[in-house]
Amino acid sequence: MAGNGANAPVLSGNEIVIPIKSDVDVVIARQEGRRLASELGFNAGDITLIATAISEVARNIVNYAIRGEIVLGIVEELDKKGISIIAQDNGPGIKDIALAMQDGYSTSKGLGLGLPGSKRIVDEFEIASEIGKGTVVRMKKWKRQNINSRSWV
Amino acid sequence: MRVPILKQGPFLIASVQSALTDEDLVQLRDDLTQMVGRHHSRGVIIDVTALDVMDSFAARTLRSMAATIKLKGAHSIIVGIQPEVAFAMVQLGLSLTGVSTALDLEDGLNLLSKQMKENQNGG
Repeated sequence: MAGNGANAPVLSGNEIVIPIKSDVDVVIARQEGRRLASELGFNAGDITLIATAISEVARNIVNYAIRGEIVLGIVEELDKKGISIIAQDNGPGIKDIALAMQDGYSTSKGLGLGLPGSKRIVDEFEIASEIGKGTVVRMKKWKRQNINSRSWV
Repeated sequence: MRVPILKQGPFLIASVQSALTDEDLVQLRDDLTQMVGRHHSRGVIIDVTALDVMDSFAARTLRSMAATIKLKGAHSIIVGIQPEVAFAMVQLGLSLTGVSTALDLEDGLNLLSKQMKENQNGG
């Protein structure tokens, strides 16, 4: 699965870059995210949230921009550590970001929950888009303090 | 990877074995819909125990799959949604409105059998 073939994730510095061209890459991206989150010590519930958010933003690239990339990295701030997820493409851009961030709004075949849903499941969420240039979504999820070892369910 | 579908009496059981691409999901929907017609199935169980992510596309496809199968006279039950996956779905705002769910394969089969009996008694 992940790690094979011409479209394998590329490690550049501390970042993992996953080119996104098709639905197969969406799966590769979320598996890489799962692996990195697991290495960082996120709990099972948060790992699934991270994988789900990656799936949504990677799918947006396939659906709207045709191609782009997911960049995964480790972020550290003072006493906290987390994962950074950047989804960037050179697609058509989003005309009305406020509208795209509304639950249930979709111009393609989705449920319109991708962006607003992803925003709900991460700790930090930024989106920038320029018509004709592309879109960048930046997300961060911090590892929870104190209850790190608590298992889910 | 194509999802294997087992025929068990009047029911079909599709067991998802690994992560699914969008194409795999659409293939599963088409395969199941066709098999329901071919085998005159009364019920379909989709076991998603092995699925580690249920995103908006997967939820939408499962919903449309259940609706299509219902139009062909069979009932669908999704079983085995993992606790973390269920939590992520709720956070994301996803629901499987109109789709029956059960804890595991056994509960799903019991539910289908019960529904079949009720339908027979009722009709």
